[in-house]
Amino acid sequence: MSEGLYSMEAKDFDKTLDLSKIKPYGDTMNDGKVQLSFTLPVPCGAEAVEAAKQLMRKMGFDNPSVVFYQELTPGFTFLNCYGSCTHTVDYTNIYVPKVESNTMDMYETDEYIKENIGRKIVVVGASTGTDAHTVGIDAIMNMKGYAGHYGLERYEMIEAYNLGSQVPNEEFIAKGIELHADALLVSQTVTQKDVHIQNMTNFIELMEAEGLRDKMICCCGGARITHELAKELGFDAGFGMNTYADDVASFIVQEMVKRGMK
Amino acid sequence: MQKSKLGLDFQKVEYARGLAKGIAQDVQSFVEQYTTVAVERTLCRLMGIDGVDDNDVPLPNVVVEALKDKGVLSEGALFFIANAMIQTGLKPQQIAEKVAADEIDITKVVTTDPKAIADVLQPVIDESMARIRARRARREHYLDTIGEGPKPYLYIIVATGNIYEDVVQAQAGARQGADVIAVIRTTGQSLLDYVPYGATTEGFGGTFATQENFRIMRKALDEVGEEQGRYIRLCNYCSGLCMPEIAIMGAFEGLDVMLNDALYGILFRDINMQRTLIDQYMSRVINGFAGVIINTGEDNYLTTADAVEAAHTVLASDLINEQLALMAGLPEEQMGLGHAFEMDPMLENGFLLELAQAQMTREIFPKATLKYMPPTKFMTGNIFRGHIQDALFNMIGIWTHQGIQLLGMPTEAIHTPFMSDRYLSIENAKYIFNNMRSIGDEMEFKEDGICRNRVKEVLGNTIKLLEDITKEGLFTALEKGIFGDVKRPKNGGKGLAGVTMKGANYLNPFIELMKGKR
Repeated sequence: MSEGLYSMEAKDFDKTLDLSKIKPYGDTMNDGKVQLSFTLPVPCGAEAVEAAKQLMRKMGFDNPSVVFYQELTPGFTFLNCYGSCTHTVDYTNIYVPKVESNTMDMYETDEYIKENIGRKIVVVGASTGTDAHTVGIDAIMNMKGYAGHYGLERYEMIEAYNLGSQVPNEEFIAKGIELHADALLVSQTVTQKDVHIQNMTNFIELMEAEGLRDKMICCCGGARITHELAKELGFDAGFGMNTYADDVASFIVQEMVKRGMK
Repeated sequence: MQKSKLGLDFQKVEYARGLAKGIAQDVQSFVEQYTTVAVERTLCRLMGIDGVDDNDVPLPNVVVEALKDKGVLSEGALFFIANAMIQTGLKPQQIAEKVAADEIDITKVVTTDPKAIADVLQPVIDESMARIRARRARREHYLDTIGEGPKPYLYIIVATGNIYEDVVQAQAGARQGADVIAVIRTTGQSLLDYVPYGATTEGFGGTFATQENFRIMRKALDEVGEEQGRYIRLCNYCSGLCMPEIAIMGAFEGLDVMLNDALYGILFRDINMQRTLIDQYMSRVINGFAGVIINTGEDNYLTTADAVEAAHTVLASDLINEQLALMAGLPEEQMGLGHAFEMDPMLENGFLLELAQAQMTREIFPKATLKYMPPTKFMTGNIFRGHIQDALFNMIGIWTHQGIQLLGMPTEAIHTPFMSDRYLSIENAKYIFNNMRSIGDEMEFKEDGICRNRVKEVLGNTIKLLEDITKEGLFTALEKGIFGDVKRPKNGGKGLAGVTMKGANYLNPFIELMKGKR
């Protein structure tokens, strides 16, 4: 039996940290402990528990255990489970593309623009396509900003235009031309069925067709956006979780200087 | 007069309400001079016109476009439908089909005699009114027999993008304890100037609101309601460019709750303010008559503006929404005025400020079925903290006797809810509602404490804001970005081309019929 206050499981595995073979950490190095929860489309009962354990073994877990289960509606069972992961990953060989700029705060960025560009820069942002959510673009652009990071509208040297939500790509680009934008910010919150991929691809294609791709800096952002995805789709940078207006502004101004945009 | 637990000065509340009434009357005198393509399509539907043409264009759109093309929309759809009925002896649906087939000129006028027009329309009007009354009676019968869950009603969303999958999720949610099921629409529907037709199995972040989808879900909820011995309410979205059309479809199919804000479309969908204010009036007249609870969208202000600084904009907007709804004949009990738990969770004593504001909203709108919205802005993907944020929100819901508790999901900001997310949220709410059932009756608010001082401040700021709006009028206030920090020009936004001034022969007898009778 493995139930009870103290784990009776064998602990005769190697407990030294090896960064070339890392696995999850519960309370002992290399114990591989993982908690997970999922729903199986089967009636609640001992068979559901056994099915969950077998599934976890196939996922690569040793000692799978179901600690709680509950019928959600007839034919569906929700399970909370623990197991020890048998797989490892080589941490020493990991490469993740990142936005390469030094993040400056609002005052530093304003100073940087004065010194290196010598005029106000224009940034136009919108939640584009069918996306009705403004939470992302507002967090980056609104005066108040988000979590203590002021938004672009507050920057002395940035003229920021937030076009809101559900802006068609054509209209967004036209507005960018009209306002002489230095940078365009595309926000995507809804990512169901990869609708954001189609929309962002369409945006880049339009920019290229208009011959504007090299004339403006194109950034995208959203909770499910990564820099890697952004680069793959043809953007200059992507801003995901835990990035703020500071990160976006710093990238734009440094990229402008790098490209000699004045 | 009622006694306030918070030491609210009800004379000040009544003064604020009077200001809101003045603002609403100003809007109303504008609204009554105009109609819109959406209002006229609604009247077509009330004439029994439904279905689509060979290109999948809804027949109400076909008829209204025909009038618009000839530049005679200002006389209204009913005037021309009545004339065509007199001329051909056909039913409105047959006339619409002939318009679609280009076999009739619907703008031909044979009479302008109001009596002749009223006579030919009367049987059709009676039929539509009876259809809505029957739907309302059906709900009331359920409430009298199988009953309903205690307030706050537990409100959950389904958003699979496929109406048949939505049914599975909705029935599961009802079995777990949900009282209201909201079927999320596909993103982008609010900007369509027509309502799609038939059952739909696609969409992003939800599927289309269609009359057939309403019917499918109503049937599913009646089934599970009978099984559970509890009436399950169905909610959809009466917003965007088709507000009154969605209202009439909901009235025909027995919807119980509709998101139906007077200002939301203007602020958050960039729909023209004239268009929305005209459309909201007709939609609320219908919702009032059909016994539908409307939900207003003040919670959204706090997703773009700061919840502490902008609390007074929520109350001001609730007061304006209340007055506009009263003008549409909507009773207070059917007003799901909105507010939200959206303060930064890191704020010291934030819970007390939220509690004070929720109690204040309860006391200012004692009869309303208040809609309380969960945290969304500061939900981070940390599902464990999120579940606690939702628990704090639920404590305030039961403490302050909210009407509809829109359940927060621990996975907010990650994905549309899994079946298990809904289970966890319902479990959270039921646990807290039961465990803290009477806390509001036991606890009092300390003299000169944080809560009492907070509501004094919010009410004071609300009055200042309403005084400013009174001076400028609502249209100008919206242009200046008074709500949600969003600025909208009076002649900007989507849908203005669908607004027209009413002409000499214009008629819409449904307004008086629906407002006058229950």
